[in-house]
Amino acid sequence: MLLETFGVTKRFGGVTAVDRVDLRIAEGQALGLIGPNGAGKTTLINLISGVVRADGGTIRLAGSDITRLPAHRLAALGIARTFQGVRVFKGLTVQENVLVGRHTRMRTDVLARMVPRPQALSDPHRARALALIDRVGLGRRRADTLAGELPYGDQRRLEIARALAAEPRLLILDEPAAGMNPTESAGLRELIGGLLVEGLTILLIEHDVRLVMDTCQRVAVLNFGRKIADGAPAEIQRDPAVREAYLGTEAVA
Amino acid sequence: MAEQLYNAVFIGSIYALFALGFALVFSVLDILNLAHPTVFMLGAFIALFVIGTLGLPWFVALPIAVLVTGLFGIVLDRVAFAPLRRRGAPALSSMISSLAVTLIVVRLVELRYGGDFITFPAGAVPAFVFRVGDATFEGIRLAIVVLTVALMLALTYVLRRTQLGRDLRALAENPRAARLLGVNVDRAIAATFFVSSALGGLAGVLLAFAYNTLDSKMGVPLELRAFTVMVVGGMGSLPGAVIGAYILGFGEVASLVYLPTELRDAFAFGLLFLVLVLRPTGLLGQKSPDRV
Amino acid sequence: MDAVFDFLRTYSTTIAVIGVSALLALSVWLTLYAGQLTLGNAAFMGVGAYVSALLGRHLDTPFPLALFIGAVSAAVLALPLGAIVFRLRGVYLAIATLAFGEIVRVILLATPITGKGQGLNGIPPKTELWHIYLSLAIVAYVLWRVQGSTLGRAWAAIREDEIASASQGIAVGRHKLAAFVIGALIAGWAGGLSAHVTFSIDPSDFGFTKAVQVLVFAVVGGIPNVLGPILGAGLFTALPELLRPLKDYRDIFQGAILLLVIIYLPRGLVTFVEVRRTRRLSRIGAADVA
Repeated sequence: MLLETFGVTKRFGGVTAVDRVDLRIAEGQALGLIGPNGAGKTTLINLISGVVRADGGTIRLAGSDITRLPAHRLAALGIARTFQGVRVFKGLTVQENVLVGRHTRMRTDVLARMVPRPQALSDPHRARALALIDRVGLGRRRADTLAGELPYGDQRRLEIARALAAEPRLLILDEPAAGMNPTESAGLRELIGGLLVEGLTILLIEHDVRLVMDTCQRVAVLNFGRKIADGAPAEIQRDPAVREAYLGTEAVA
Repeated sequence: MAEQLYNAVFIGSIYALFALGFALVFSVLDILNLAHPTVFMLGAFIALFVIGTLGLPWFVALPIAVLVTGLFGIVLDRVAFAPLRRRGAPALSSMISSLAVTLIVVRLVELRYGGDFITFPAGAVPAFVFRVGDATFEGIRLAIVVLTVALMLALTYVLRRTQLGRDLRALAENPRAARLLGVNVDRAIAATFFVSSALGGLAGVLLAFAYNTLDSKMGVPLELRAFTVMVVGGMGSLPGAVIGAYILGFGEVASLVYLPTELRDAFAFGLLFLVLVLRPTGLLGQKSPDRV
Repeated sequence: MDAVFDFLRTYSTTIAVIGVSALLALSVWLTLYAGQLTLGNAAFMGVGAYVSALLGRHLDTPFPLALFIGAVSAAVLALPLGAIVFRLRGVYLAIATLAFGEIVRVILLATPITGKGQGLNGIPPKTELWHIYLSLAIVAYVLWRVQGSTLGRAWAAIREDEIASASQGIAVGRHKLAAFVIGALIAGWAGGLSAHVTFSIDPSDFGFTKAVQVLVFAVVGGIPNVLGPILGAGLFTALPELLRPLKDYRDIFQGAILLLVIIYLPRGLVTFVEVRRTRRLSRIGAADVA
């Protein structure tokens, strides 16, 4: 198991957003996390990635307790994520965004920078950044475009490239396909598939049910902060509790 | 001792009147109006002008000063804040533009009246004095205290019970939603600045009457105190600002007894810093200090 | 050549003040680059000024060492700011740094050795113009180069989005504190230089007015180009001299120019230097300075 949560809980004022959730993701696996809006999916992600502190329960990464660790330490330990409603660094270029993603893998080069050198494009970090920018479908020609100038779909891709730059063990994607057209989500599916082949572990929150069913080996369903189902995609589709949760909002399958 | 108490209440009231205007703009529009001390000073000087140059009595000068400073507040908004709001500029820009206006207005006043202390013409300022036992109290200070309390109540009433007050609270909560819901945002903002500046101007006139002196820099010490008052009372809270003002007033008078004069300013800042470290939301604060 | 020397001699104080102001503006620039608002650097300048002057007077410390110790003292004094830096943002942070700075100033006012309200007089004029401008060149160069480093990028990321930055592995609190401390170091150094040019210092030189002035230089000059604060300091320090014919109306013009710049040039004076980049940033709404 790469990531496990045991009874993790988060309360906001009077509301229990995440209620004693147990989750298990095996190494190299893709787990889909679905549920109606407001079910607590993003909060759960925020707990795992250290953006908020849990009120109860434990979270373990490859056996070690990471419950109390802050976000930046978790990034160093190999957890990377994208955000619902993109959070790229708008005023920075595409390449700079990805380089920030690489922060945990880079040693500080302040002293080296004091000597002006022709931009070391042979620099392995920049090379890797450009490779990632190509890989997510942005194209290295755009490396110097300001992130804020990119269309929304491209900003999402940039976020993924930024997350991958850290060479994470666990990649968390929060609604990456939102607002994508069928061609784009096909591209996304391919990307995720490729990452899985390379051995990356993925936690995917999505409303695009087809994407989840196609890419994930297992699916967990949240409703009102509780996990109500956990299993193979086909089982989830047949689960009556899941159907009920979605009744009136969207059809499962 | 009684005189000290009286002093503390008086000073607290001046701080309160000043801070109310300052806090009003902050709570409705999220900007620190660094030109507020200027309207304070302007109120006093307009009163001086009306009394000294126009020869009118103080009870005519007072409302005129208040009215004019209120109108100035509206002009201030149009010139310094509205263009930045339209652009969605950050708070810092508004702070600087209000600073620029301060520079200009202070200089203009100094050109006319110079930078030194000035007193009102003899006999122009009301001076009632009454005795209780051994102690002497100046009536005007009492009037100020009463006026502060009355105004505070009036403001609370306006905010709670009138349409305008509802509009202002909506604006404070969520400007975009307020506009969509039909609130006349421009009118509400103009009203905010009018009231805020009128209050500031009033405070200025009253202080000038109480001490019978004024000068172009009279707003500066108040400005720094206003930060403390707002933070202690809770940013975004008007009753909080008033309570904070009295706490500061009492605290300062008390510290004068125990601390050397050089450290008197330290009380206000020490208190400010302490509150920010321990309890940034202050006593009654509604705004989270995490918000930029 | 003679004309140049004459010019330098007549205006040497102004030129010195411009240099020092530019250094101060750069100290604030750094914290603004990391997205933090600070009004405390005037106080740090004061610390540097007093410490270096007193060391020279009482311990006969050689000038460069005194400057160095002054700067380091300011930096050390900035560390407790860590208590607030982690938790406050925007306006609250500005007010807190202002309060901190004022407390430092008031303590300076109350400590006997500093001469209290009278300040220190008769500080030997050890600073040469080249000291100031060499320091300025070095600091400006270092800050310019830092922008392209991991540290610089981390600060820029924090300025843009703190939560996203943390998720990329950046220890946000520590980086913010580093910006403050380094800023204080620069301000302290500038203070030391300034004290030995103006012969006398007193606590009122380092108060709210100065703090705001320095912030204005940086903001009006423009971020995140290193040239910005230098332009801002230069313009607003030179302006009173340039506007001398206007005499009493000087401040009014200064205020008016400040107003116009802040309203019409969101990226500050740097807009004139970086026209294209400003246009791109304006289009995506990221042009404003803080």
